[in-house]
Amino acid sequence: MSAEETDLQPATNTNLPFGDALQRNIAVRRRIGSIWRRLLLLSLIVALTALGLLLYNIVDRAFGYVALEYRRPPTELLSNRPLEAVSQQDLIAIIQENVSRGRFRTLNRESPLEQRSKDEVYIVLLEEVARQRVVHSWSLTDSLLRRSLVAETMREDYPDATLEFRSWLSWAFLNTPMSSRPDFAGVRTAILGSLWMICLTILIAFPLGVGAAIYLEEYAGRNRLNRIIQTNINNLAGVPSIIYGMLGLSIFVRALNPITSGQIVGLDNDNGRTILAAALTMALLILPLIIINAQEAIRAVPISLRQASLALGATKWQTIWHHVLPVAFPGILTGNILAMSRAIGETAPLIVVGASTYIVTDPDGPFARFTALPILIYNWTSQPQEEFRKIAAAAIIVLLVMLLSLNSVAVILRNRFRRSL
Amino acid sequence: MEQRLNAAAQRATTATTQRDTTMYLKKRARIGEMMIQGVLFLCGMVSILTTIGIIVVLSNEASLFFADSRVSLVDFLTETLWQPSIGQFGILPLVNATLLSSLIAMLVALPLGLSAAIYLSEYASPRMRGILKPLLEVLAGVPTVVYGFFALTFMTPILQRIFGKGTVDFQNVASAGIVMGIMIIPIISSMSEDALSAVPRALREAAYGLGATRLEVATRIVVPAALSGIVAAFIVGVSRAIGETMIVAIAAGGRPFFTFNPFKAAETMTGHIARISGGDISYGSIDYTSVYAIGLTLFVMTLGLNILSQRIVRRFREVYE
Repeated sequence: MSAEETDLQPATNTNLPFGDALQRNIAVRRRIGSIWRRLLLLSLIVALTALGLLLYNIVDRAFGYVALEYRRPPTELLSNRPLEAVSQQDLIAIIQENVSRGRFRTLNRESPLEQRSKDEVYIVLLEEVARQRVVHSWSLTDSLLRRSLVAETMREDYPDATLEFRSWLSWAFLNTPMSSRPDFAGVRTAILGSLWMICLTILIAFPLGVGAAIYLEEYAGRNRLNRIIQTNINNLAGVPSIIYGMLGLSIFVRALNPITSGQIVGLDNDNGRTILAAALTMALLILPLIIINAQEAIRAVPISLRQASLALGATKWQTIWHHVLPVAFPGILTGNILAMSRAIGETAPLIVVGASTYIVTDPDGPFARFTALPILIYNWTSQPQEEFRKIAAAAIIVLLVMLLSLNSVAVILRNRFRRSL
Repeated sequence: MEQRLNAAAQRATTATTQRDTTMYLKKRARIGEMMIQGVLFLCGMVSILTTIGIIVVLSNEASLFFADSRVSLVDFLTETLWQPSIGQFGILPLVNATLLSSLIAMLVALPLGLSAAIYLSEYASPRMRGILKPLLEVLAGVPTVVYGFFALTFMTPILQRIFGKGTVDFQNVASAGIVMGIMIIPIISSMSEDALSAVPRALREAAYGLGATRLEVATRIVVPAALSGIVAAFIVGVSRAIGETMIVAIAAGGRPFFTFNPFKAAETMTGHIARISGGDISYGSIDYTSVYAIGLTLFVMTLGLNILSQRIVRRFREVYE
């Protein structure tokens, strides 16, 4: 009898729930589970919302209404003709009439007015003669949803100004050099500077990185030195980028000044803060990334491929060059592109190495002083006027588009690589 | 005679075959191959040279700084005032701001990143993971200068609206820290997710078999089993936060104040290096060398954290099977 009782009620001896209590226990645990499930999903959504807000904040600033004031309205300058009816020669004549002779000569020296496009000449006219000035600017949200507010501010604060919808990101913005006035500043020199730097960086880092990866994967035996190299690469990947900047400043800008300034090839320049110095610094910065990615790509090549090649009498290098590398190449390339996109967005080392903020001439070689897109964004963001924030946002869009296109190339390559295996 | 000739011919053939095989099998020194291997080895050595370069450059310039009569190592590590113009070099305000912003960043990044990782590895369907994970990785690909812009033009106004313009400075550590946390979420989540996915299926199945709910499996079985990986992810996140430059340079402030108030402006180590070396400073001046002393401190801190995280992964990894 007593044995039967214990069999029927095992719960009496332990704290485990039984019967109704068990049902309740399960229901409670399920409910807690589903609440937490939602909380976990919520945190993921919060993270993605942050991404959304980041993009919204940029687009919100890059477009919107602006209130423009002129010292002399362009309609008056063009004597009420539409812009299409005025020839480029006329525009140049108007400019020549209204600016001092010295200024006109400077403008022609920067780039002859006859050779510029008509739109560019019109911008010069707006800047130099009409003296266009943005007195107030609105965000995209305000421009679209609070039109009455915009109209009211215009009426009360800027009765003489003209209202115009402006995309701060425009062809003119892409194609004009840096200027100290936000409404006429552009990013051409910065884009060219970034491209020059990134090309040199990859020219330096690609062979070095792939070479190191081949050595570590194919040649390196299990000895102390090779282990140190491997650990060292992993540690270098975690060093803050600004430290690389300081390394670049001491080694490339100062110690190797004759090389980076171009004196060695006979240039008359004693400043080492050039594209070459920045590219060398960036190359060191992305080297660990390239090596680690390339190592993974090489490791993924099946060992049977190497054995087949070696069995046919090929030497080690022949095996690597003709069989391992072609198979690993798409993977290596993907890693390289990702490293490139890291280098394009990197700002801190450039600040330390000494990219300038105010450069109006296009960089013409590795020994030129230069500016880069992230540097401009940093500089413009740090300015107090709202208009600089607007062009900073426009420049960010340019930077993000560059990164996005690079990354999509990487994704396409990766997919093609997967299919071929 | 004929016999002797035959024997000689035979000897000759055996000799040639022998010579041929020995020639064929003997490992020939291939100059080209050796040169290639040497060149590849040198490529590998570049990384060692980089490390040596970093250490030599930082300690060399920093030793010049400490050799200056106005500086003492004790003051450097204990004084709470950093003002080169009056010869005050106490690194504590900079370290304090760095740690404060990193703390805020980790308060944001750890719960969000870890929850995202648990959701992705334990709850999400493969299709959902395929969509959400790359989106999260986009966060990691955004340049930090863009995050700096976001902190200054979006996060700071929001904080000012919530807490009032009087309490929240235009540049403040809190907004830089929060945005830095957002930047670190993908690092934490992807590293933790790797650790969570590495926990063998059998462990989960056993827990399910005993009647555990999904949450119980996740929090009591999978997370403890993957704890070393999660801790390592956390440490890497801290190291990233300490070394991050652009967000704090833009949003945290340009003056080395010693304050524990996150709504006040304060300059971090990285922010100070960026501001000082961004301007035109003369090489060899005390401003210039002091930046390297800060850089050395920063390097030691981040390197220590990175090595620690690698140790933890290696030593405490639960090896299954």
